[in-house]
Amino acid sequence: MNTPASFANWKIFWKRWGVLTVISVITLALIAYYYSKTPQITEAVLASTLRQSVPLVLGALCGLLGERAAVINIGIEGQMLLAAFLAFLVNVYTGNLLLGVLAGIAVGALLGLLLAFMSVTLKIDQIIGGTVINILAIGLTGYFYKVGLSAHGKLNPIPLGPLAKIPLIGPVFFNNPPITYATILLVFLVHYVLFYTPWGLRTRAVGEHPRAADTLGINVYLVRYVNVVVGGALAGLAGAYLSLEAVGSFERLMTNGRGFVALAVMIFGKWTPLGAWGAALLFGFATAMQTQLQFGGQLHIPHQFIGMLPYLLTIIVLAGFVGRARPPAADGIPYEKEG
Amino acid sequence: MAEKTTQNPQGWWPQMKRLLLSFSVPLGAVLLALIIGAIIIEVSGASAWKAYTALAKGAFGNAAGWQRTLEKSTPLIFSGLAVAFAFKAGLFNIGAQGQLLFGAITAAWVGFAVHGLPPGLHAAVALAAGAVAGGLYGAIPGALKTYTGAHEVITTIMLNYIAMGFTDYLANGPLKDTTPGNIVARTPAILDSAKLPTWGWLPFGFVLALIGAGFAWWLLQRTTLGFEIRTVGQNPHAARYAGMKVARTVILTMVISALFAGIGGAVETQGVVGRYEPGFNANLGFDGITVALLGKTNPFGVIPAAMLLGAMRAGSNVMQFKAHVAQEITDVVQALMLFFVAADMIVRWLLRIRAAEEGEKITLSTGWGSH
Repeated sequence: MNTPASFANWKIFWKRWGVLTVISVITLALIAYYYSKTPQITEAVLASTLRQSVPLVLGALCGLLGERAAVINIGIEGQMLLAAFLAFLVNVYTGNLLLGVLAGIAVGALLGLLLAFMSVTLKIDQIIGGTVINILAIGLTGYFYKVGLSAHGKLNPIPLGPLAKIPLIGPVFFNNPPITYATILLVFLVHYVLFYTPWGLRTRAVGEHPRAADTLGINVYLVRYVNVVVGGALAGLAGAYLSLEAVGSFERLMTNGRGFVALAVMIFGKWTPLGAWGAALLFGFATAMQTQLQFGGQLHIPHQFIGMLPYLLTIIVLAGFVGRARPPAADGIPYEKEG
Repeated sequence: MAEKTTQNPQGWWPQMKRLLLSFSVPLGAVLLALIIGAIIIEVSGASAWKAYTALAKGAFGNAAGWQRTLEKSTPLIFSGLAVAFAFKAGLFNIGAQGQLLFGAITAAWVGFAVHGLPPGLHAAVALAAGAVAGGLYGAIPGALKTYTGAHEVITTIMLNYIAMGFTDYLANGPLKDTTPGNIVARTPAILDSAKLPTWGWLPFGFVLALIGAGFAWWLLQRTTLGFEIRTVGQNPHAARYAGMKVARTVILTMVISALFAGIGGAVETQGVVGRYEPGFNANLGFDGITVALLGKTNPFGVIPAAMLLGAMRAGSNVMQFKAHVAQEITDVVQALMLFFVAADMIVRWLLRIRAAEEGEKITLSTGWGSH
């Protein structure tokens, strides 16, 4: 077969990036079309898409850090909820937003430590371990929550100078509150750590073949602990986002299943940070449209059905992609040291 | 671990001893959870002793207390059975809540919309309709799991949210109570002929729950289907190798599991609430997990576990009123119970319980089901 080299390269490129290219082109064309029609609404929906994706992408990063080291974290929901609550409480009593965010991160990390203890050291079934965290978070937030507390302000958008003035791109990307900026950076940071550093290589080795990793002198337990704790910190940041950046207050059960949707986002993104970001943007878009439809009033669909959209999307994604996406080989299996 | 029945010494005492030993961990878990709960109460400035005695009085102090306890236990038994039953096949059904909602609203619909049936029959038809509605809703995650590999933990939770939205829509729209003056989302009251009786302090629904537990035990231990379910739970590969239809078993298990939840909802509608109102028992799906694990996923173990949680629910009002401790402390204690029962090694170590010979050990479907 004498195919010209450039043609073969093109074929490989198409096979790898074809679908993504087509989707991107269509998306950009649609955005351009709607922007020419209704610039304000388009800007609002896109900005809201990005912000709605924040807790999902952080949750998905938490999930994939754990699962790349073979620990399934089904307790993301609980980590987010308790973190949202503590971030809020610390803000209420100190008046400081930064302290609140740090408290949220710390609580998430602490619950991550609990999960790691349960699943790595005690070798409890990981699904049950995560469920314990979820129920614990519901119980603790319910018990300590007092009606009538109010936060001191919330994290507001910080326009990035002249960048924020670019039409469309400016308001969407460069006029966001701090945790939203941080999330975008974290996506690339986790991607870098996971695929370009020794730690990332160790993590993936532990997730695919812990025995081999152990033989090479990698401390399997330590890698799992660190990843789950760091993941918990990210879920905690997501919680702080919910209470201090998105709403500026706390409500019971305010996570509303986002921790579980984040797992679908992680699977849809094939356990990669960049993929998860793309998936989270899709979910964020569904939520943004939901709000737009509810308040725009163009459509006469009962609001309950519009509200189901993200959950339906999660099921469709799981049903359509789980079979094809390959999780880390040792995912969910506790590691027993030999001898 | 394989079945050990053949190796165990026969005779009633060794068996009894084994049974007691196997429940020592749940009992220890309950004890530890209550102790930590007491510490939390004391730290937040109330008296734990007062709180617990008020709780017990509220739950068992008089006939009304008993009735409340049994009423609260009933849906917990059903959702515990739903979780425990699915567990036997290695499935984690967190969707009991959604299945229960569909059961509840369907029973309400049959209860108010169907006229002219004799009392007993009407109630039975409404119950059956609730069970079928719940069961069908449970078929969805079962089928998704079998045919696409979508993990039931996430799909059932998503289906819970969808069920909440859908029943809320029904109770606000097509099935809304249109009596003048009603502005809240609820269905009309069911007819008297569809109501379940309460004998003295004993609600009929509780009796149904006991029968349900017996039925679950019989199905699991005495039928071919039950054997297949347990085999799939212990080793799906072996089950497939032995020629069992694993896919069919998984779906059927989810349907039966959801049937229990559906009846639970119907019983709540027909025996306690009298109509469908959104928002009752918001966390039944998660409660069912605690109940099932405290009961060692044994249908009969589910009963005392559900009664314990039911009593905590029933007495928490009195506790809040008399001891000024927020009702939600029961949720905290419940979460601690689940933690300790799951982390049985901690309980054994703290309370010096010998590692008992365990019965069967179930591996939940780990990973995301694609292999």
